[in-house]
Amino acid sequence: MTLSISELTDPMGESPAPSIKLDTVGKSYAGTSVLRGVTLTIAPGEIHGLLGENGAGKSTLLKILGGVIPADTGTVAFDQKHVRIGSPRDSIELGVSLIAQELALVPARSVLENVFLGSWSNIFTIARSSRDRAVLEKLMDDTGFHLDIDAPVSSLPLGKAQQVEILKALARGSKVLCLDEPTAALGEVDTKNLIRLLKQLAASGTTIIIVSHFLEEILGLADRITVLRDGNQIVTDDANGYDADKLVQLMVGRQAAALARTPGAIDPNAEIVLRASNLTNDFIKDISFEIRRGEILGLAGLMGAGRSETLNAVFGSDRVTSGEVEVNGRRVRRNSVSASIKNGLALVPESRKDQGLVLGRTATDNIALPSLDKRQTAGFIHRRREAEVVAKAITDVDIRGRVQLVSVGALSGGNQQKALFAKWLINPPQVFLIDEPTRGVDVAAKVNIHNLILELAEAGAAVVVASSELEEVTSLSHRLLVLQQGRVVAEFDRSASPDEIMSAAFL
Amino acid sequence: MKTETLAVTSPSTTKRRFRIDLKDFGVLGGLLVIVLYLALATDTFLTSQNLVNLLDQAVVIGLIAVGATICIISGVFDLSSSANLAMSAIAGVFFTQVFGVEIGFILALLTGAALGAITGLMIVVTRVHSFIGSLAMSIIYRGLAVVLTAGAIVSPHMEQLDGFRVWTRSVVGGITSGTLLFVLALIIFGLILWATTYGRRIYAVGGNAEAARLSGIRTPLIHVSAFAISGLCAAAAGMVLASRAGSAQPAMATGLELTAIAAVVIGGTSIMGGAGAVWRTAVGVMILTVIANGFNLMGWDTTYQQVVTGALILIAVAADSLLIHRWRRS
Repeated sequence: MTLSISELTDPMGESPAPSIKLDTVGKSYAGTSVLRGVTLTIAPGEIHGLLGENGAGKSTLLKILGGVIPADTGTVAFDQKHVRIGSPRDSIELGVSLIAQELALVPARSVLENVFLGSWSNIFTIARSSRDRAVLEKLMDDTGFHLDIDAPVSSLPLGKAQQVEILKALARGSKVLCLDEPTAALGEVDTKNLIRLLKQLAASGTTIIIVSHFLEEILGLADRITVLRDGNQIVTDDANGYDADKLVQLMVGRQAAALARTPGAIDPNAEIVLRASNLTNDFIKDISFEIRRGEILGLAGLMGAGRSETLNAVFGSDRVTSGEVEVNGRRVRRNSVSASIKNGLALVPESRKDQGLVLGRTATDNIALPSLDKRQTAGFIHRRREAEVVAKAITDVDIRGRVQLVSVGALSGGNQQKALFAKWLINPPQVFLIDEPTRGVDVAAKVNIHNLILELAEAGAAVVVASSELEEVTSLSHRLLVLQQGRVVAEFDRSASPDEIMSAAFL
Repeated sequence: MKTETLAVTSPSTTKRRFRIDLKDFGVLGGLLVIVLYLALATDTFLTSQNLVNLLDQAVVIGLIAVGATICIISGVFDLSSSANLAMSAIAGVFFTQVFGVEIGFILALLTGAALGAITGLMIVVTRVHSFIGSLAMSIIYRGLAVVLTAGAIVSPHMEQLDGFRVWTRSVVGGITSGTLLFVLALIIFGLILWATTYGRRIYAVGGNAEAARLSGIRTPLIHVSAFAISGLCAAAAGMVLASRAGSAQPAMATGLELTAIAAVVIGGTSIMGGAGAVWRTAVGVMILTVIANGFNLMGWDTTYQQVVTGALILIAVAADSLLIHRWRRS
C-alpha cells in the first residue's frame, strides 16, 4: 500500500501537527477529583499511550483534549500558545479528533454523510456530495479501508463503523487523533490493520494519543507512555524499557494480583451436561457441540464469525430455525429464554450496558432480577431474604464496597461485569454461556473474572466462553471451537498454538 | 436512585441512604410552597369544603395518571386512555341498564382492562412505537364510541340514577367515595410497583428491555399488562365521571391522557422509563389541581393557568434530562 500521507492527512495543505503541552490539568466531579495535575508534553508525530486501570482518568484526559468535558484546573497549549478547549467544535478547529468508545455516528445515515458530518461541501448550503464522494474514495484508497459509501452506518459491523470514525477524522484534516480503546471491539485482522494505519499516520506527522487495555499492543505501538492511577500521573516516559509486568505494577500500584490460574484436568467420563445439535438460523449454520460437567469450551473466531450468535442461539435469545438444545438429556423448548433459564442455562451477554444491566436501577435490583420468583409470596418480595442472597452473591464475585443500594450505572466497568455474573449465582445454573467476559475491564478485575469462571467450572458447571481476545479463550478453555462464517471449522485442545488457531480462523 | 452519582468515587457511602434527594425535595417542596401560599393568601383555601372539592377535582385525572405511571415506567405511552375511558363509561352505562349498578361498574372496569390489553397487544405484535400505536387505537375507540351511542348521550334508567351516583356521595368528613377510590388505586398500584416482583419487572423492562429479556422476563407480557392496568384505571375514572354527570357520551374526557402524562412527569417519573413512583404521580396531580384551584380562589385570569402548567412540565422534564445527563457523564 502506497500512502500519500501528505494528501491523506492534509488535504487542505495546512501546517504540521502542533506540539501539545498539558500543564497541571485536573478535573473533578461533585467534589471528587478524577484527574489531578497531569503535566506532559506530546511532540508532533508522537504516538502516546495512556495506560491505567478503569477509573484511572485516561478517558477523562482524552475527553478534555476532545472538548467533550472542560478541565477544571490547568492549561493546555498548542505550539506554546494557550488554547481554550470548551467544546468539541473548539477541538476540531485545533485539528484534534476524538474517537471515543461509543462511536459518534448517525446510524440511519450513509457512510458518506457521516464522514463529512457537519462539514459537507456545499454551494450556498446546497450539498455537493459528488465532491465529498471523490475525497472519500481517495481517503479509502489511501487507508486501505473498503466500505460501501452509501450503506447506512447502522448496517455496518462495529469494526467498519470505527473505520468511518477514522475516515471522518482524516477528512477533517485532523493533526491529532485521540483514540479511546479503539481495538476493544475489533477482531484480530481489524486490529492489525488499525495498528498499521496508526503507525503510518504517525510517520507522516500526525500525533496519536491512544488509550488501550492491551498492554502488548501499546508497547508495540507507542513511542512514549503515561501511566495514570486514581487520577494521578504515575509516570511519563519512553516506552522502551517497559514490559507488560512493569506496566501492570505501575497501574495497580502493587505487585499484580497472582495471574489467573489455568484450568485443571476434567474427568473424561463426566456426564454430558449440554448438547447442542445442528443449531441453524440466519447467522449460524449447523452448529453442534457437547460439554461435560466441569468443562470450559472456548469459542474463537473473527468478528462476525458467529460467536455471540452461537451463544444466543443456545440460550434461546436469538431464534433458531432448526436444531435442538439438551441439558442433562432433557430437551429445552426452542427460542424461549425463560425455558432456558428454567432448564439451568445462563447467559452473560456481550454488552453489559445494552444487554446486561438496567443501569438506572440498584445493584440489588439487577442481581435479584433473574431469580425474583424464588423469594416471594403472592408476588410480594421478601426483602430481607433478597438482601441476604444478594449480599452473598456480591461477596462471591468479589465486588467490594457497599454497593447494594448504588445504581449499577455508577459502578466501575469491572464491578458491572462482576454484577452480571452475580445475577446468576443466586440460583446457580448448570450451563454458563459467557460472551466477552472481560471486555473493557481493568487488569485486576480481569484476573478476578477469569478465576471466577474457573471456579464455576470446578463447582460443576459446564461453561462456554466466547471472546474476541484469542489469548483469553485459549488460557481459559479446556477445548476450543473455531468458528468462521457461522460454522464450526476446527476444534483444538489446550495444546494448540495460537498460530494454528489463527490460521484455522482465517482460512 | 439520584444520589448515586457520588458513589463512584466517594468513600463516605455509608450515609447515602439518608441523604436528601433533590428531586423528591423539589416536587414535594413545590407542592408545599403553593399550598402554604394559598393558605396564607386566601381565607377560602383551607376550608373543608374547598379541600373536599380539591380532592374531588383530582380524582379523574389522578386515576388516569396512575395508569399512565405504570405505562411510562415500563417504557410505553398510552395515548388511548381517555378514549378507553369514554368507551368503558358508555359500556358501563349499557351494562348498568341490563345488570344493575354494581355489576355494571365491575363490567365497565373489565371493559377498560380488556380494551387496554387489546391496545397493548396491537403494539406488542405490530412492534409499532407505543406513541403511534396507542394514538391509532384511541382514534378507533373514539370512533367506536360514536358508533355505539349513535353520537348521543347515554344514561342509566331513571330509577337507577340514584345508585349510579354512588361516586359522588360523601363518606367520611365530606370526602367523597370517588376520592376514596382514587386513594385506593394509589395504594394498590403504589404497593404493586414498590413491593412485588411484577413491579420490579416493570422497572427492569422500562430501564433496559433487552437486559430484562435476557434475564428471562417476558417483556411483551409486561407491556400488555401495563396497558391493561392503564385501561382499568381509565375505566374507573370514566365511571366516576359518568356517575357525576349521570350519563356518558363519546366525547367525554377528550385530551385528558395528555394532562395525566403531564402530571406523571411533573411528579418526577422519568419519561425515559425505568424510574419513578406512584406517590410522585399523586404529588404531580395535586400540584396541577392546587394550581387550578389557586387561580380560582385568587380570582386570577385562568387563561394564564395553561402557561403556568406548561412551564411546570418544561421544568420537570428539563430537571429529569439534566439529571440523566449528569449521571451518564460520570
